[in-house]
Amino acid sequence: MNDAQMIQTDLDSVLSAEELREIDAELSHVPYKSGAAIDALKIVQARRGWISDQCLQAIAKYLDMSAEELEGIATFYNLIYRRPVGKKVILFCDSVSCWICGCDSIKQKITDVLGVDYGQTTEDNEYSLIPVPCLGACDRAPVMMVGDDLVTHIDEAKIDELFADKTNNSGGNT
Amino acid sequence: MPTIYIDDQALEVAQGENILEACLNAGMDLPYFCWHPAMGSIGSCRQCALVQYQNEEDTKGRIVMGCMTPVTEGARFSLSADNAGEFREAVVESLMLNHPHDCPVCGEGGECHLQDMTVMVGHRDRRYTGKKNTHRNQYLGPLIHHEMNRCITCYRCERYYRDYAGGKDLAAQASHDHVYFGRHEEGVLQSEFSGNLVEVCPTGVFTDKPFLKHYSRKWDLQSAPSICSGCAVGCNIAPGERYGRLKRVHNRYNHEVNGYFLCDRGRFGSGYINSDARLDYAGIKKPDGSFMAVHQQQAIDTAVGWIKNKKVAGIGSPRASLEANYLLRELVGAANFVPGFSDREAAILSTIVRTLKTTTAANPSIKQMEAADAILILGEDVTNTAPRVALGLRQSVRNKAFELAAQMGLPQWQDAAVRNLAQDQRSPMIIVSAMDTRLDDVASQCISLPADDIAAFGYGVAKALSGEKMDDEAVNQVADILFAANSPLVISGTSMLHEGIINSAVAVAEQLHTSGKSSMLSLCVAESNSLGLALLVDDGQSDRAASIPKLAKRASKLDAVIILENTLERRGASGEIQQLFDADSKVISMDILENTTLGNSDLVLPAASYAESQGTLVSSEGRAQRYFPVYQPSAERLPSWQWLLKLAAGCECSELAELEYFDQVVAACANSQPALAQLVDVAPLRDYRNQGLKIPRQTHRYSGRTAMNAGVSVHEPQQPKDTQSPLAFSMEGLNRDEPASLIPYVWSPGWNSNQSLQKFQAEVDGPLKGGTSGAHLISSDGLGAVQPQVSVTANLKPHQWHLVPVHRVHGSDEMSINTDEVAELAGRPFIAIGEKLAEKLGVVEGDGLLVTQHKAEFSLEVKILSRVAKNCVGFSAGYSETLELQPGDLVTLVKDESWVYPTPTMIATDRGAAHV
Repeated sequence: MNDAQMIQTDLDSVLSAEELREIDAELSHVPYKSGAAIDALKIVQARRGWISDQCLQAIAKYLDMSAEELEGIATFYNLIYRRPVGKKVILFCDSVSCWICGCDSIKQKITDVLGVDYGQTTEDNEYSLIPVPCLGACDRAPVMMVGDDLVTHIDEAKIDELFADKTNNSGGNT
Repeated sequence: MPTIYIDDQALEVAQGENILEACLNAGMDLPYFCWHPAMGSIGSCRQCALVQYQNEEDTKGRIVMGCMTPVTEGARFSLSADNAGEFREAVVESLMLNHPHDCPVCGEGGECHLQDMTVMVGHRDRRYTGKKNTHRNQYLGPLIHHEMNRCITCYRCERYYRDYAGGKDLAAQASHDHVYFGRHEEGVLQSEFSGNLVEVCPTGVFTDKPFLKHYSRKWDLQSAPSICSGCAVGCNIAPGERYGRLKRVHNRYNHEVNGYFLCDRGRFGSGYINSDARLDYAGIKKPDGSFMAVHQQQAIDTAVGWIKNKKVAGIGSPRASLEANYLLRELVGAANFVPGFSDREAAILSTIVRTLKTTTAANPSIKQMEAADAILILGEDVTNTAPRVALGLRQSVRNKAFELAAQMGLPQWQDAAVRNLAQDQRSPMIIVSAMDTRLDDVASQCISLPADDIAAFGYGVAKALSGEKMDDEAVNQVADILFAANSPLVISGTSMLHEGIINSAVAVAEQLHTSGKSSMLSLCVAESNSLGLALLVDDGQSDRAASIPKLAKRASKLDAVIILENTLERRGASGEIQQLFDADSKVISMDILENTTLGNSDLVLPAASYAESQGTLVSSEGRAQRYFPVYQPSAERLPSWQWLLKLAAGCECSELAELEYFDQVVAACANSQPALAQLVDVAPLRDYRNQGLKIPRQTHRYSGRTAMNAGVSVHEPQQPKDTQSPLAFSMEGLNRDEPASLIPYVWSPGWNSNQSLQKFQAEVDGPLKGGTSGAHLISSDGLGAVQPQVSVTANLKPHQWHLVPVHRVHGSDEMSINTDEVAELAGRPFIAIGEKLAEKLGVVEGDGLLVTQHKAEFSLEVKILSRVAKNCVGFSAGYSETLELQPGDLVTLVKDESWVYPTPTMIATDRGAAHV
């Protein structure tokens, strides 16, 4: 077996049966296969946390798209991750309402506690920190999401509480 | 025609155009980036801003985008209003935030649309002092250099590559200020039309990689109007030269033929002209088989001694100019002249000539093909045999979209809206072929049939069109589709070397005419002057004229044979051809590159390439077009027509000996055949003057003229004089308002990039002010050209397969393959089979197959195709290793167990560490 053949076979076995079943369900709602591209990316990301090159190629093949076409979609949306992320992604709102309510200092606090800046993942692979422009909860600003949970009215104390284990471990920052 | 007012000046403008087009048509300089005449508007770059006023009283107005605003009666605009100017300057300033401003090391510098627009909007001082974005560049293959930091995100590249040319492997990625245009991962761009990115990109993101390796600025290039010799489409090109090297090939606009775009063979396939395999001096073969270099005069004297008052025959060439072929034919006499096709090709070409002279169908230009609303392709992979035509066909299938848009009142230039409306609805295109073609992705139907069945299918469609009900429902359907169309187009060609297929295509086109349709029939031929040569030798009757094998057989009775730019091993019948070389008769050959025919000759004469000589080529459309020398041939090379004139003079061949100027040769050639009478109208004569001046090949900023050759000699050479054409090897002259066939390059004050073309066009996207180059040679008598169907039944033994030629843009052409980059892309010769057969033979892509034909055996690399007709296998056509294989031959296949997997070789690229 040569390289071309191996890549071909591999791509067909990348996606799991459940993933394919869910993608098929989406396909039944759209007139063009490529119309299910975003949903397919979300389905695979939900199970794997992120979209690897291989996953992207496999999805593209399944949807009769070129990898370039799907890459254009995958990279356009900030919430499709093309690099590995931690177990939980912190989506930190830095938009107007949260900024007025002092999100800058809270962001600094998070960075101090977790030791990561925007786009980075903690060494223990627990958290990734990503900025987001508005979570639709301005009445409870400042807000952020930690995994699937919305955290509202954040202040420094809340950060300490949320990441208590990190605070203890990292020592010098508190 | 609506009247609009721009800065209170009344303008009559065309209904349906946008304000940007109206301004450019009026000669006003309104800056733009994302708009392209062939691709319409999307309003993404915000550069073509101007102010629109409600009415005469409105003094404030509002800013609108010119390219997105349709003209309406009485609409009032201002180009010069302060706020519009400030807006346009601000747009450039914002684009400059991340632009590296690396013009001195950029391959676009000096012909950069971004430079032009920056100057045009008056932006001078950068206020931004922060860091600029940087991107990783990608390796995109040996042809295109990628420098993403220069990008201004106009989206032209993606819109050209994907929307216009149908490429799949380049896309816009990411969003806001880190938008990226490239591939999913590094690798060779797969489109046959990728080179147009170089001209489409308004700045230096995509540049011509081979050109960068021996770079010169546009203003330092010497250029001339030329015609691509890569295939028979006859695209107009503008090659540029400096230091005696052909530096690059740019598109030369021809409204009816290539428009703004070339294929990659045309753009990148001329590197062979600088190759080490070029002949510099004439050579006489010594007894030991090696050649002794001799001077021009000595070579001519030797040749004259061999041919004067002797029995001499000549072999012409479909890749040589009409004039050179004509001179050889006159020199040896028509009875002793062989056109130099293979026998099979000669027979088919004579059918095509007969067809074109009698058919009721129009032989369309690419522009006309783009208007077709239903297409039937019989047996031709157009993308690989007539590439630029295929790019046109990709636009034809959009006529459905334009029809839908018209119903909604949407103008065609509203590109995003029109594409969104149509999605994948396309005008019908039916491809009947033996295997995959590169247009399958836009075809409404692909039918895989062996060669004989393709012909039968075509005849079936013709019968169904005449009202007969056919058994094959697919045939009836195709007939219905063609009948329902307003301007149906039938395409076929010589690539399968199957006369029946061509005749069936003719039958369909003729029947469409009989059924009251105005049909178009386009027949692709193989080489740049195949049709011209076929016209030259056409005597209106015998379709089995003198052939190379017949000539070879009587070679021993001849004293000498003159071969014009022809590699005989590519013309089949290798056994007979060897007789020609083995005979005692002297063989005199002239050609551009070393080849086997030259090696077997007794006297070789170094011929000039298309870039160093002038001549006429006849495209498959029957359009005769002139190419002019870009620079003078170096060493002892001469254009073939001049070698032949010198031989004629030496032989005291009375009529030819009087000819001195190329124009005289053209006139004599035009007189020789009624079909060639229009030759004299192809281009102006050598005494043409533009306002009393010749047309300059060099720009008015051409630098270092007196010093550029100081490395060779410190004596200032005199500029060479061009006595043969209206062009001058000089900066002096007038490159403006000349006939279209004489435009060497485009430039206009303030417009240094190729966008200056609009200053040469009579209207945006319209014909040039100087008309359209070339002249149509063939006029049909309209009597009809139907040929009777010859039914053939193939007799296949088990495990036998029919060979089908598979043509490749990179690889199948004899000359361009001698360019390093093309050789790399061509890869190795191959055998192409379907998935099922591969499984049966136990092979996968990249394995080896032993292909046995008669007694010869070939070991070839396996390529897997998705669609293959029964009993067919494809072979790499035109590759030197597979010349012995012929279309229709029967072969047997077994896995090559001793196949050695070749290691990847790097030839022309800079893959890896060094990124030029």
